[in-house]
Amino acid sequence: MTVLDIITYPDARLKQVADEVKMFDSGLLEFIQNLEETMAAGPGGVGIAATQVGVMQRIAIVDVSNYPKIKKAKHHGHLILINPEIVDWQGMKKGREGCMSVPDFTGNVIRAENIILNALDENGKQQEYEMEGFEARAVQHEIDHLDGLLFLDRLVSRRNDLFKRKYKD
Amino acid sequence: MTETKNKWFMVTLIGKDQPGIVSHVTAALYDGGGNLGETSMMRLGGNFSIMMMVEFSGRTKELHDVLSTVTDSLDLHLHIDQIDAKLHEHRIPDVRISVYGADRAGIVSKVTAVLAEAGLNILDLESDVAGDKDKPLYIMHIEGEASEGVKALESALQIVKEEHGVDAQLVEIDTLIG
Repeated sequence: MTVLDIITYPDARLKQVADEVKMFDSGLLEFIQNLEETMAAGPGGVGIAATQVGVMQRIAIVDVSNYPKIKKAKHHGHLILINPEIVDWQGMKKGREGCMSVPDFTGNVIRAENIILNALDENGKQQEYEMEGFEARAVQHEIDHLDGLLFLDRLVSRRNDLFKRKYKD
Repeated sequence: MTETKNKWFMVTLIGKDQPGIVSHVTAALYDGGGNLGETSMMRLGGNFSIMMMVEFSGRTKELHDVLSTVTDSLDLHLHIDQIDAKLHEHRIPDVRISVYGADRAGIVSKVTAVLAEAGLNILDLESDVAGDKDKPLYIMHIEGEASEGVKALESALQIVKEEHGVDAQLVEIDTLIG
């Protein structure tokens, strides 16, 4: 297995839309292993998109199980997401994000709190996941990469946050 | 990025708000060989305030001369300090605290004293006076590090609420690095 190089902004590939995966072969499995290794070696370790290593294919890995404060019952552990698509979402919540492709910066981003996600697994089998909170946030962050978006495209200001929250409640 | 031998200065500018302050000031800096680092710029009470890290190879007096024409014309008060500074030193806050209540003297000092005692290191604080003239409302947002844990801060906030009659909430910040 190989730790791949993470590309960082302003690399233009981070702003490109990735292609759908059509071939489920040994090459794909090998790439997923390398992507896995790369995610584990990075500072976050909860998610990575193929785009971040310069491979423009709709492949992401999310695994929030090692995140210190995560509640056991509320996540799916290790997920390989191929051609992922969010088919339903509910609730909006602000959280802080950073990115291996944008070092030394974190900022606040609004994400859906609950999502229903359709994706193929590494064998091309259709899966559906219902997820919430931190895991749902990680998935949205990674799918954004596949669509050529960074968390920098979704930053919100801290200021006036109190009132926004009040209107919603 | 290559390491440069230039010095860092903190440039503070304050004056009555008007359109064009940022563009004029930063153009003068750019033309004079200055390089911007991190900055904070905002309107406070009808004044515009700027604090910016400026990398510059000359002396304080020379940086002053680079800026003085434009700051004089915009009627901005200019202050320059040479500072010991570095970029890429961001720290990630782990708590966000909001405090609000009827405005009265001492809210910030009392609240921050209790929180400091409980281990809060403030990285960022913004506050506003809202409401109307008869019933002003004080609103404060803090992001910081809970050096003695979140529990200690939660207990401290409870004291703040009871003793000072303000509303307050603490949210733990779980930063996702994806």
